[in-house]
Amino acid sequence: MDMIPILATLVSMVIFLSVLELIRRNRLKEKYSLLWLFSSLVLLWFSVSRKSLHLVAGYIGIQYPPSVIFLLGFLFLIVINIHFSTVISRLSDRNKTLAQEMALLKEMLERKKRAEE
Amino acid sequence: MKTLFIIPAFNEELNIRGVIEDIRGHVQGADILVINDGSADATGNIAKNLGVTVITLPYNLGIGAAMQTGYHYAHMQGYDIAVQFDGDGQHRADQLDQLLDPLERGEADIVIGSRFLTKGMYKAGVARLIAIRMLSRIISSLIGQKITDPTSGLRAVNRKSMLLFCRCYPDDYPEPESLVLLHKAGFRIAESPVLMERRLLGNSSITLFRGVYYMVKVVLAVLVDMIKEVPRR
Repeated sequence: MDMIPILATLVSMVIFLSVLELIRRNRLKEKYSLLWLFSSLVLLWFSVSRKSLHLVAGYIGIQYPPSVIFLLGFLFLIVINIHFSTVISRLSDRNKTLAQEMALLKEMLERKKRAEE
Repeated sequence: MKTLFIIPAFNEELNIRGVIEDIRGHVQGADILVINDGSADATGNIAKNLGVTVITLPYNLGIGAAMQTGYHYAHMQGYDIAVQFDGDGQHRADQLDQLLDPLERGEADIVIGSRFLTKGMYKAGVARLIAIRMLSRIISSLIGQKITDPTSGLRAVNRKSMLLFCRCYPDDYPEPESLVLLHKAGFRIAESPVLMERRLLGNSSITLFRGVYYMVKVVLAVLVDMIKEVPRR
């Protein structure tokens, strides 16, 4: 029982610091990291503060308080994944538009060249 | 009316020449645009050498995005009518008159060439036929209008539909999905009987299972389309 809070604290700190480091090295954009930072901070909070962990567990009727950490981690992953799915959809949409416009422009350019020759 | 024939083609080097010559043989001085959808073969070069306009997409975008590129071009160049004519040799140019008629008379915003309005002429595998029939029922009841051949790729649109398709055109199963889109936008859909060939080369082998699987996927896509909002821009 006593190992779990320590482990959870370590893991959430590692996540938080790794994300910060990725931002620092420009490998991760801030706007895509906010959810990660927020999630790891919340997990960190519940790992450190036994009181709030037990409070929340009691409130929703969870017998084994550390499960709250798993539950939160799971929910955060779902939210982050849905968020990234929307990001990917938007990206592929824009990518398609770019490819189409590029192809249309290329055709126009070729036609112009041929007319000039 | 100024008409553009749009031929979406992905690796159709065996069929593309025949398709272009077929259209030219039936429509004097036809404006033809081939959308070379990232083909790895000679499709683009063959079309260019035949003197038609070719737009080459940088990678394979799929039939939906390829057709949309064609609609953009048609709209930009001021065409009154755009005809989708598949590059695999299934469609026949001698069937075009009946397709264009309702558009020229201003009676419809899109005309679908249907294989099933002429009885018993179209031969295909049982699986494919069952899938298309079921789909036809479902789409007809969804949009409240009888559509006998929702997966037909032979279709002609006027400028109004062209503009809608420029704004948004479905990626996954554009033929049946676009019908839902048009219905939701309140456009007039018409069907006209056409004859089609079975795929000439590279026969698509649809098994019973694949036919059912295809149908399920299309129905899901169509149901999603029903709840999607039509973007206004």
